[in-house]
Amino acid sequence: MNMLIEARDVYKSFNGVKAVNGVDLRIRPGQFTALLGPNGAGKTTLVEMIEGIQAPDRGVIRILGRPWKGNEQYLRRRIGLCLQETRFMDKLSVWETLRVFASFFELGKDRVEQILALSGLEQKRHSRVVHLSGGQRQRLALGISLLNNPQVLLLDEPTTGLDPNARREIWSILLDLKKNTRTCLVLTTHYMEEAEKLCEHIQIMDQGRVLREGSLQDLLEDTQAEKIIEFTIDNPDHAGPELLENAPFAVQWDPVAGRGTVAISDIEHQLPVFLEFLKSRGLHLKNMECRRKTLDDLFTEMTGRRLHD
Amino acid sequence: MTEPILSRHQICHLFAAHAREVIREPAVIFWGIIFPILISLGLGLAFTQQGETVYRVGVVRDNSEIPGNGTGLESFLENRAGKLDLPENHSPAWQMTLEDTQLGNTRFEFVRTDWQSAMVQIKRGKLNLVISPGENKGIQYHFDPRNPEAELAYLKLSAAVQGRAESGGGTRGQISPLSVTGTRYIDFLVPGLICMNVMMSCMWGISYGMIDKRSKKLLRRMVATPMKKSHFLMTLMAVRIGMNLIEAVLLFVFVCIVFDIAVQGSIGALAALFFAGNIAFCGIAIFTCSRTANTEVGNGLVNAVVMPMAVLSGIFFSYHNFPDWSIDFIQMLPLTIFLDGLRAVFNEGAGFAQTAMPTAVLAAMGAVFFVLGLRIFRWH
Repeated sequence: MNMLIEARDVYKSFNGVKAVNGVDLRIRPGQFTALLGPNGAGKTTLVEMIEGIQAPDRGVIRILGRPWKGNEQYLRRRIGLCLQETRFMDKLSVWETLRVFASFFELGKDRVEQILALSGLEQKRHSRVVHLSGGQRQRLALGISLLNNPQVLLLDEPTTGLDPNARREIWSILLDLKKNTRTCLVLTTHYMEEAEKLCEHIQIMDQGRVLREGSLQDLLEDTQAEKIIEFTIDNPDHAGPELLENAPFAVQWDPVAGRGTVAISDIEHQLPVFLEFLKSRGLHLKNMECRRKTLDDLFTEMTGRRLHD
Repeated sequence: MTEPILSRHQICHLFAAHAREVIREPAVIFWGIIFPILISLGLGLAFTQQGETVYRVGVVRDNSEIPGNGTGLESFLENRAGKLDLPENHSPAWQMTLEDTQLGNTRFEFVRTDWQSAMVQIKRGKLNLVISPGENKGIQYHFDPRNPEAELAYLKLSAAVQGRAESGGGTRGQISPLSVTGTRYIDFLVPGLICMNVMMSCMWGISYGMIDKRSKKLLRRMVATPMKKSHFLMTLMAVRIGMNLIEAVLLFVFVCIVFDIAVQGSIGALAALFFAGNIAFCGIAIFTCSRTANTEVGNGLVNAVVMPMAVLSGIFFSYHNFPDWSIDFIQMLPLTIFLDGLRAVFNEGAGFAQTAMPTAVLAAMGAVFFVLGLRIFRWH
């Protein structure tokens, strides 16, 4: 199958620091892919190379089967882009801003009207950009990225800093797009929920590398049976690593939060063993919750850090 | 009691954080500290060693337009001022130094000239005032009383002459204000203000505006569209030129009404020169802002372009007051070329023939800087 985005063994360094360290990416038409990772994982640099803003130090990037070099105009007409905290000219209205960007693609007023409706900004058409809320501004940015009916849509943390309602409004626009078009999407995010909700393919990145990739099911398949026990104890000061290092299961302990997690596959038999262990160490359980394993837990297992760190 | 201590602690840390933010940017060190020092050193070396104020005075001895007796003037020049053995017309024929240990010495250079040439040199700022034989063996002083530099030259010179009269020399003075359009200080000033507006508007409006937009990542979104950067920059230039035109027309209309200013040369030549001057400064502005995204650096870059020209090019006072060795350099500055051309059209009646060269040079400068800026321009 023809891939809309193909990156092979891509490297990029800044002042000797490897931002992207040998990444592969293949995205087919209609596929929504999330690049999930904490800040500094290399997601934005990878997306900037796909955007053509940065050139890789090594490796090959082809968009719609073409390299950036010599195809800038062709590719820019077919790509949509929405940056984190996109800024526009403050003194232009929503309508004027859309008109300016539509003019770059030689599109008329009809398309601007469609985008106003799509992004839910019809009531704000005469409002100046400076007077828009963060969510409205980001919907405008998303609307602009969709002006040219892009075959490839690149969204760099489009909902970072937005409140839950604004975030859901953005998701709603993207889910409609997924349902109605063959546009492929690359979304960088550090919100696990966003990746789960929007994308069928997820690449978990850290320190410039892809740690694991696949569908959400694939990623959690090996550990589907596992449950996560989150617990707090009455006397957390006694729960140093030396106390937990001989635990019968791998315990993640956060001394700052005074909270621990442990992955258990057989609750009926293993949970009593774990509780007995705590008791034997003089640790009194204060609170305990059992839940399904998530990408965040997977990331913590792989890196020892949380996605939001 | 602990709150003030904590507060001071916070302030110290905040101060240190802000200070580190500034001093850890190498460009800020250069533009904020080293560059002003270099400028002060350069200007200091160039202009503080002169040690005396120099006024150039035109001497019209056979002025048929003004009735008078040359005896007083002749006697003053021959007895009080030292005669110099230099070529006619452009070099001073006499000079006189008034010594003052507190205020510094003042040297008057007296240049032989005719009335017509004297008026041209007054318009160009090459002469501070003109003297001619007056009635009753007196000296007649011709200058615009609203030009403070000319007025000061008059006061010093007339005091010297008066001193001689009181001691029996017999030379008395009369003021003959120059009020003919083109010879007044306001005629000298208005083209300067128009040119300065063009330069400032282009450099701050385009250069600093662009750097500010780049630093706020406003331009980064543009790079992801098929829009050509040449279009982006040319439209920016067009808007700026339009704004400059409106500003210049409003200023011109105002001074026409209030000061009775008139363009003595060709309006077409004036328009072409104005357009070329705008092209030059837009090109320079785009070149200046083509790469940096740091507003501190942008501030320094804009000042590096604007300051020398604002000081040297003769916006408010003639650049002929600067040392002779610097004049050739000053005349090559774009603002000087623009300004000299505009003053020639305003005050000397210049037409296309006289302004063709400055117009072409300014347009070429603008084109070269624009192309260079376009080549190295970056959006983010």
